[in-house]
Amino acid sequence: MSYDVIIGLEVHVQLQTQTKVFCGCSTAFNPQAPNTQTCPTCLGLPGALPVLNKKAFELAVQTAMGLNCEIPLFTKWDRKQYFYPDLPKGYQISQYDLPFSRNGHLDIPPATDGDTPIRVRILRAHLEEDAGKNLHDESGRGAGSMIDLNRAGTPLVEIVTEPDLRNAMSARRFLEELRLLLVYLGVSDCNMQEGSLRCDANVNLHVHGPDGTKIPTPIVEVKNLNSFRFTEQAIEFEVARQWEQYQKTGQTIHDAPKVTRGFDPDRGMTYALREKEEAADYRYFPDPDLVPVTVTEEQLSLWRSRLVESPASRRERFRQEYGLSLYDAQVILDQGVLFADYFEQVASQTKDGKQAANWLTQEVQRVLNDRRWTLTEFPFPAPALGHLLSLVSTKKITGKSAKDVFNLLVEGDEPEVVTSETIDATIAERGLALVEDTGAIDMAIADVIGRNPKAVQDFRSGKQAAAGALIGQVMKAVKGADPQSVRERLLKQLEG
Amino acid sequence: MSLSAKDVEKVARLARLRLNETDIEQYAAQLSQILDYAAILEAVETEGVEPMVHAIELANVWREDEILTSLPRQQALQNSPAQDGKHFVVPQILDAS
Ligand SMILES: [Zn+2]
Repeated sequence: MSYDVIIGLEVHVQLQTQTKVFCGCSTAFNPQAPNTQTCPTCLGLPGALPVLNKKAFELAVQTAMGLNCEIPLFTKWDRKQYFYPDLPKGYQISQYDLPFSRNGHLDIPPATDGDTPIRVRILRAHLEEDAGKNLHDESGRGAGSMIDLNRAGTPLVEIVTEPDLRNAMSARRFLEELRLLLVYLGVSDCNMQEGSLRCDANVNLHVHGPDGTKIPTPIVEVKNLNSFRFTEQAIEFEVARQWEQYQKTGQTIHDAPKVTRGFDPDRGMTYALREKEEAADYRYFPDPDLVPVTVTEEQLSLWRSRLVESPASRRERFRQEYGLSLYDAQVILDQGVLFADYFEQVASQTKDGKQAANWLTQEVQRVLNDRRWTLTEFPFPAPALGHLLSLVSTKKITGKSAKDVFNLLVEGDEPEVVTSETIDATIAERGLALVEDTGAIDMAIADVIGRNPKAVQDFRSGKQAAAGALIGQVMKAVKGADPQSVRERLLKQLEG
Repeated sequence: MSLSAKDVEKVARLARLRLNETDIEQYAAQLSQILDYAAILEAVETEGVEPMVHAIELANVWREDEILTSLPRQQALQNSPAQDGKHFVVPQILDAS
């Protein structure tokens, strides 16, 4: 007997706003100062009125556009009622039947050149407010739990996928692509340590019945996975556990309700969360405190026009236009928008994507890492690097000299911003320019041959090594000659 | 429309209200009356009428993303039944859900 694994994800993404979604409290991550970023609105005090943060809505729409979602022209706010200590109002402001976006997709990029992307459909994305944070008393006195409401009211986009994922690794790779997209769009910092991106995974199996039918097993929702690795581990564990369970009990989706489980990263296991006595009943209804939001086609097309290019589109362009391998394209994309922009500037100037990619992933990254510079602090602007690399490809200097010039110009505590002029000056100063005057080189070769009859004799009698000494003398005579070209011309004269 | 005792118990449980037998009986009758009153609206012909999502004919009320002063912590905590000077304190929570 075999089975398919069916996985759907719900991802909560914290939007990068200064203030909360319905009040002016700061969203700064500030666990050292609990309960200092609250007000009557996010505390749920009577009489306080929520007002929508315009920026939060715009970022949410950009997120949905990046996920290729439809954006309806009308959306509204609903209350999701439940009691939990970190939810001061007794309800969460969310969106129920008319979310601001639906029906999108995100493709998981191919793992290797030649593979095809995997499409994951997005059911919907809606905007809602986050809850506060529970802290558990670790004194062991069992005094109670402590609540910090600094996070209560932080804007979240909840992204719900269709159950299109078929294994744990795809789930992780989907999340990686999603994070890359969100970072490129600039809508979230996706800082997982600070809880800016959290994931719930719905997992079950479709067991292949003997008559070709598929038997779905009960759905398990693993809650609050705060790392991609944990998500992958939790799904792997669930698949094994559910398969064992099915073989033991034969329970199908019709025999048992959906259950929720937590994940213990230390043991790499999921565990049952205490079941509520009855199915969740959130009694959603429209929030009378908040008016609906309408957008126009014009507004949407304006926003769409301002949307930055997606990593998927760039990845494809890097391969098509600049001839990069999937691997190199990914290494560059993973360094962020600025790095990818820098690459494109250099590559479009030099018309040699592979050379630019090699330099960026080796020389440039090494210096950025060693010096702990961000790209904005890096003293070598793209046009200057483009100039330097062009000198190599047009054989004005050797690759080795280019690296020397590069290292020289980024030396020191606060090196000056490099320009094409400083590069040319450094090359002149150090005598690194390759001499193109073939007449001068040929004269020097003739001269050296004339003065070294013994070495010439050795070479002609088969001692290849003798050429080395002669090349060295020519190089000394003509400073800056390309050793490769000297070698070729010398051999020609010796053999001619 | 008449609500059963079971309906009332469920609604009470969801609202975390503890009701005794007499309460349940009383509320079942009263809530049924309220529903009956609201049911008058069902007589209205709504064919072809757009559903109304909000009582106020307004849309797009925004605020800019600008930080306003939050409450001092002591004020934020002052009405809570229990606090430790920094946090709201609640009975021990066992599971995150
Ligand atoms: Zn607030």
